[in-house]
Amino acid sequence: MAELITYREAVSEGIAREMRRDPRVVCLGEDIGAAEGVFKTTAGLFAEFGPQRIWDTPISEQAIVGAALGAAMTGIRPVAEIMFSDFIACCYDYLANEIPKMRYMTGGQVTVPLVIRTANGGGLGFGAQHSQAVENWVFTVPGLKIAAPSTPADVVGMMASAIRSDDPVVFFEHKGLLASKGEPAPPEHVVPLGEASIVRRGDDVTVVALASTVPTALSAAELLAGEDISVEVIDLRCLVPLDAQTVLSSVARTSHLLLVEENPYQGGWGATVASIVADEGFTSLDAPVRRVAAECVPLPFADALEDEVIPTVDKVVDAVRRLSAF
Amino acid sequence: MTVSAGESLTVDASQLLEWYEQMAVIRQTEKAVYDLFMSGLVKGTTHLAAGHEAVAVGTSAALREGDYVFATYRGHHHAIARGATPAECLAELMSKATGLCKAKGGSMHLTKADRGMLGSYAIVGSHLPIAAGAAWSAKLRGTDQVAVAFFGDGATNIGAFHEALNLAAVWKLPVLFVCENNLYMEYTPISAVTSVANPAADRAVAYGLPAEIIDGNDVIKVHDTARVAVDRARAGDGPTVIEALTYRHYGHSRADPAKYRPADEVERWMQRDPLLVARERLTSLGVDAADIDALDAKVADMIKAAVQEAKDAPYPDPATALTDVWADGGARWRS
Repeated sequence: MAELITYREAVSEGIAREMRRDPRVVCLGEDIGAAEGVFKTTAGLFAEFGPQRIWDTPISEQAIVGAALGAAMTGIRPVAEIMFSDFIACCYDYLANEIPKMRYMTGGQVTVPLVIRTANGGGLGFGAQHSQAVENWVFTVPGLKIAAPSTPADVVGMMASAIRSDDPVVFFEHKGLLASKGEPAPPEHVVPLGEASIVRRGDDVTVVALASTVPTALSAAELLAGEDISVEVIDLRCLVPLDAQTVLSSVARTSHLLLVEENPYQGGWGATVASIVADEGFTSLDAPVRRVAAECVPLPFADALEDEVIPTVDKVVDAVRRLSAF
Repeated sequence: MTVSAGESLTVDASQLLEWYEQMAVIRQTEKAVYDLFMSGLVKGTTHLAAGHEAVAVGTSAALREGDYVFATYRGHHHAIARGATPAECLAELMSKATGLCKAKGGSMHLTKADRGMLGSYAIVGSHLPIAAGAAWSAKLRGTDQVAVAFFGDGATNIGAFHEALNLAAVWKLPVLFVCENNLYMEYTPISAVTSVANPAADRAVAYGLPAEIIDGNDVIKVHDTARVAVDRARAGDGPTVIEALTYRHYGHSRADPAKYRPADEVERWMQRDPLLVARERLTSLGVDAADIDALDAKVADMIKAAVQEAKDAPYPDPATALTDVWADGGARWRS
C-alpha cells in the first residue's frame, strides 16, 4: 500500500498535475506563491511553476475573481483562491451576477473555464467570520458547479475535473479535513463532477453527507452498527451537478433518509435534496426526511459552543436512531 | 488635406468622415431605440449613449481586431463601434431570436465576442477587474492584445474600480480604463457625491497610473489619446486612465427627461455635440456640407432598414430559455 497523504497535500498535488498537463492553467490568490498559501495548500507550486503561473495578489477578492473571469473568457484556465470561503461575500457579485451568467446572457458566446478554490467550514475555532460552511451561498445561484470533496484522492480527482471543465466550478476545500489522511490518488486520477459515492453500504437508513460530514456520518454508522442499525452513507461530493439518482436509488432500498449538512438548516442544501426525494421518492419513504444541519446562528468561537452548532457524530447517531424507530 | 492632432498623429478628411459615419450610425440607432421604447416595442430598460459617440468611435479606432472591449449597461455605442450591426442590436432590444445574444441579454448586456466586444455589464464597476483579467490573459499568452474598460463617472466610487486599478498597476497590465464622465452618476451630479474634482483621473494618481482628462466629444482627441495609451500598453508600459468629458443627450434610462440638469448646461453641451464637432472639422478640411448631409441620409436609410429587419425577425423559441447555461449547451443541474 502506498503511503497515505493528507487532504492538504492532495490539493497542491491536484493542482500541480493539471498545471503539468496544461500550460493554460494559472493560479492566483493571496499569499499562494512563495508563502505557499495560508493553509499550505499551494505548497511546492511556486517552486515548480514560478511567478508566471503562480500569481500573488493583493487582498482584493473582487480583483482576484474578476481578473480570473476575464482571463477565463480569453483563453486561460485560471484557478483562483479565496483564502476563506467567508470572503466569498467580498466578491459575491462575481459569483452571483457575473461568472454564472456570462455564457447565458451572451446567448452562449462566452465560455468560462474557471475554478474558484476556497477553504470552507468550521472545526478549527476560527470564529464567526472564518468558520462558516457557505456551500449554500453558492448553491442558490444557477450556473456554478460545486465540488466539495471529502478524501485526498477525491480532491485530486475532482480537481482534475474542475480544472478541465469548460464551466465555472467552485471548489470547497474543507478546513477541518486538511490534516486528514487517505490513500493517494493513482496517476491520471479523474473523478467526474456529479457522481456521488456510496462510501458505506447499508440497508436501514440512508445518510447523505458532504465534505466534513462524511467522516462524521461514517463514525456514526460504525457506532450504529453495534446497535444493529445498518447505515448506508453517501458522499454527495458535488452539489452541482447533483447526483440525486444515487440518493433516490438508495432510499428506494432503505426507505429512510437523513441529510447531514454543515451549512445552516435555514437555506441549506439538504432542503433541496429533501424536496427532490419528497417529490420523486415519496412512495419509497417509511419516515419523514430528517436533516442534521448547523443551527441557525453565527458560528461561535469556543469548541464547546461550535460543537453545539455544527453536526457531530452524537447528533447523527441520535437522528438515525429516531429515524429507524419511526 | 490633414490636420495635425498631436506630435506624430494626423487625421485626414476621409478618416474623419469614416468616424463621422460610425458616430452617425450610433446616434441614429439610439434615436430609433428611443422611439421603439416609447412605442412599446423595446421593453425593460435602455440607457442611451447618444452624446457619447466620440468616446466609443475614437477609442475603437485606436484598437486592432483581437483587442478586447468591456462596456457598461450604457453600451450600445461600444457594441456598434466594435462591429455589431444596428440590426442585431435592435433585434436584441426588441426581444428577437436574431439578437446579438439571442434575446437573453437585452439592452444592458450587448456582447459580440467574436469581435472582442466581451460584454456590457450592468453591475456598476464589475467589469473593470474583468477587463484587467483579459489584459492579464494577453500578457500570460504573450500576445500584444490590449483590453479597454469603458465606465461611467459613477463607477469611480465603487470598490471594484479601485481593486482593478491597483491590480492592473501592480501587474503592469495592458489595459485602458476609459471613464465616460457625463457629469451625472445617474440623477445626481457626480460632483455632489465624489471627494475629488476629476473622479477617475484624480484617483489614478493614487495607483501611480498616468491619467488624461480630455474632451470626450472630440473624436480626434479621443483617438489620439487612446492611441498613445494603447501604444504604451502594447509596449508593456502598463495601464492608462482616460477621463473623457461628455454628456448624455437623453436621460439616465428609459424615458427619463433629465429635468435635474440645468437648461443652460444642456444647451452648452448640445452645442458641443460630438457629431457637430466632427462636422465642423470636416468642413474646415474642405468637405462639402452637402456630402455630409448625404452621408446622414444614407445612414438614416440604413437604420430604417435595420429597424424593419428587427421588427420582422422572429421571437425566440421559449424552449431556448433552458439552453446556454453550461458548456454542453444545456441547463441540467442534476446529473
